[in-house]
Amino acid sequence: MNITLNINGKNYSHDVEPRLLLIHYIREVVGLTGPHVGCETSLCGACTVELNGKAVKSCTIFAVQANQASIVTIEGLATDGKLHAMQEHGAQCGFCTPGMIMASKQILDRNHRPTDDEIRHGLEGNICRCTGYQHIVNAVRAAAAGAGK
Amino acid sequence: MATTTTKPETLVGKRIRRREDPRLITGTATYVEDIQMPGMHFAVIVRSPHAAANIRSIDTKKAAASKGVLAVFTGKDTEAVGPVPCGASLPDLRVPHHHILAMDRVYFVGHPVAVVVATDRYLARDAADLVEVDYETLPAVADPEKALAPGAPPVHPQWPDNTAFNFHQENGEVDKVFAEADVVVKQRITSQRLIPTAMETRGVVAEWRGAERQLNLYSSTQIPHLLRSLLAQMLGLEENRLRVVAPEVGGGFGSKLNVYAEEALMGFVAMKIKKPVKWIESRRENFLCTIHGRGHVDYYEMAAKKDGTITGIKLKIIQDLGAYHQLLTPAIPTLSVLMMPGLYRAKNIRADIVGVFTNCVPTDAYRGAGRPEATHGIERMVDILAAELKMDPAEIRFKNFIANEEFPFPTATGLIYDSGDYAAPLKKALAIVDYDNLRKEQTEARKQGKLLGIGISTYGELCGAGPSAALPVGGWEAATVRIEPSGKVTVLTGASPHGQGEETTFAQIAADELGVDIDDILVLHGDTNLIQYGIGTFGSRGTAVGGTALHFALQDVKVKIKKFGATLLGSDDVSFSGGQVICNKRGNTKSIQEIAAAAYRGVQLPPNTEPGLMATHFWEPPNFTFPFGAHIVITEVDRDTGAISIRRYVAVDDCGNILNPLIVDGQVHGGVAQGIGQALWEQAVYDDNGQLITGEMTDYVLPKAHMMPWIESGHTVTPSPVNPLGVKGVGEAGTIGCSPAVVNSVVDALSALGVRHIDMPMTPEKIWKLVTGSRA
Repeated sequence: MNITLNINGKNYSHDVEPRLLLIHYIREVVGLTGPHVGCETSLCGACTVELNGKAVKSCTIFAVQANQASIVTIEGLATDGKLHAMQEHGAQCGFCTPGMIMASKQILDRNHRPTDDEIRHGLEGNICRCTGYQHIVNAVRAAAAGAGK
Repeated sequence: MATTTTKPETLVGKRIRRREDPRLITGTATYVEDIQMPGMHFAVIVRSPHAAANIRSIDTKKAAASKGVLAVFTGKDTEAVGPVPCGASLPDLRVPHHHILAMDRVYFVGHPVAVVVATDRYLARDAADLVEVDYETLPAVADPEKALAPGAPPVHPQWPDNTAFNFHQENGEVDKVFAEADVVVKQRITSQRLIPTAMETRGVVAEWRGAERQLNLYSSTQIPHLLRSLLAQMLGLEENRLRVVAPEVGGGFGSKLNVYAEEALMGFVAMKIKKPVKWIESRRENFLCTIHGRGHVDYYEMAAKKDGTITGIKLKIIQDLGAYHQLLTPAIPTLSVLMMPGLYRAKNIRADIVGVFTNCVPTDAYRGAGRPEATHGIERMVDILAAELKMDPAEIRFKNFIANEEFPFPTATGLIYDSGDYAAPLKKALAIVDYDNLRKEQTEARKQGKLLGIGISTYGELCGAGPSAALPVGGWEAATVRIEPSGKVTVLTGASPHGQGEETTFAQIAADELGVDIDDILVLHGDTNLIQYGIGTFGSRGTAVGGTALHFALQDVKVKIKKFGATLLGSDDVSFSGGQVICNKRGNTKSIQEIAAAAYRGVQLPPNTEPGLMATHFWEPPNFTFPFGAHIVITEVDRDTGAISIRRYVAVDDCGNILNPLIVDGQVHGGVAQGIGQALWEQAVYDDNGQLITGEMTDYVLPKAHMMPWIESGHTVTPSPVNPLGVKGVGEAGTIGCSPAVVNSVVDALSALGVRHIDMPMTPEKIWKLVTGSRA
């Protein structure tokens, strides 16, 4: 099937198999390897991208379902070389980081002043095995404070 | 040419932002799965659905004819590849031959049976489903205590008792102190099988360059150099013809401190198909086939005097090994024995280990590796003893701690604890929670029917392996410092970090020693063609051993810098500071940049000095380092649901000198998360047929952000005398200190109901049964 979509402001058109997962399309056809595959069951959130303004797990969506969609990946967050406020991340191994940042961006898009509880619940769909989440919660707080200035 | 700038302030000890982060937060880091090569094929492994079965036949014809398939290999094809190695040696250890693909029998669910290679991952997966394996299923055993029972199905038919080894260690007058004890407490304590779950699963890319007789192998590993040495043996390849690269590694926690069948298998496949091949482990494979951790059933006995003085400890460990030995499998429980006295003076100990084969994936090093089990056991037993004697759990610990003046302290298990002030972190943690008032609050809460618990654990851990006598692979680390002709500094470290931030901490060390800006320093690692040699990052050794190797390489290069500086300044009386060699008489200077340029230009060499400006240092520590600390956890148990909520978590750790508090805190937080995971939720569950019930993230409960408490961390600083940096290690501290603190807290909450011990994980169901059972 032919699909046409926009990723990070750039248009792409490809003939793809209906069973091709969106994450594999983004990583292997388009060549954006920022989103990662961590679980294949939409539990860990390493593959999170923004699809039509909403954070989604791209490992459980077919590429054909994203036909005509507008997608932002971690690579598309910086504007004019300036990192997004959320890209102040408390990373260790970094594997969960792109998905964690995309989920955190959605938290802040919906709520400029999240409480710690709201941040933690907003990150329910993203697993980090390194940090115990504390530096990540701090990073979201800092981004919220920075955005409020 | 860009200048090398000097800097006045020191960086060690400061919260320096991580130099790894820019590539991680922009999604531009390169993990194994991100590697693409022209002509690359994709491998999918066919695995056994049975825990024990004979293989009658394998038919690969349909798979081989499937679209896009280049090759299918089975055990017959790979028989000549050497066995998956076990690096541990114990007396009379039984070591099953571990083929990289099953031959005529499978031993656990997930056992690799065949590999299918196709042009893309989807086609490889399609074809894998077409491989027909005719199995004759056999009885299996998944529980180590059941495996030891008479008549249990033998995991390996040649050893019907399922026993891989027996290990015994004893010191002092154990029988005497138990006979003379005022009190003896006994408890069976389990430390359940856990699944390490690095967020990046394992993965391998292998490329055979036939004309150069060179195999390039990219693997998500913690030990690129050891992997190269051992894989070269397995594949019959000269070691210098094998290049192993650990690119960005997405977490390990010990699970990538290993040599896996799939790593050798991809090397084999690449050499056969003469094209690059990629294998990426699925999460289900990761749960089934990457090593698990823990897997202990421990029987403890503790003897004490009426005043709470611990006089003796007996421990029997039944270690679930799984079906095979991976790299360090049988050695892990021996670490539990080494650390069984904890921070206490107890001199009379007896330990026995039975290593048991089961039809499960092997256990091996997982964050803490034997030491969390030991700490969990001793810290539970001390609480049980305190309850028996009606003593305060803090008081009984203070009474038994090794005193400051006793260091270096020889333990009953043959270790020499390097330095310590064991009471200090506990005092600090007690002050943070305002312990005396907290106990009063607890008394009041109990009157209102609330189940409020206060749990204390104190822990010691053994870090920074070696010396070499203690590590079968060599207990040292290597570093190279290369000052480039421009004066920029390249550091090559054999420690292969994967999230620990050593690119930052090692740059801090080098910046301070050389007096140059941290931006002038680049730390490289993880490529056997680039790095001199190395052991790797595990067991909280990266900074204590790798950082110290760097420290000495920096001293060596500084000697040379001074020699060149003295020649250029025409003076014998020089000193080096702030990135400059200074003539002590005249006060004139030569910068590191000018010296580097001269060293490489090579026309004005000091006497007996080679051109160039670099040094390599291999450093073997004289002893382990022994960090310690105290964790206090306040929990509340919901009577109606059995749910446990953590009201406060205080961690006071002493890891010696702190190079970067930001990184140290991050290590503690992550360690605590894995400790709470074990205490409350995580458990690898096999059914009686050896099927892994918790085979996906849907069924294996990992800590998420909303499940974690805020961690209040504090530190005391007792420098280690073992290395000049005075560092001890912190990678595993959080995990080791955590689980007994959480369990002690919940047992304390339920103690009024007569509860004395709870095995992990403390699920709401288990707690609810304890609460309601006590009502009945």
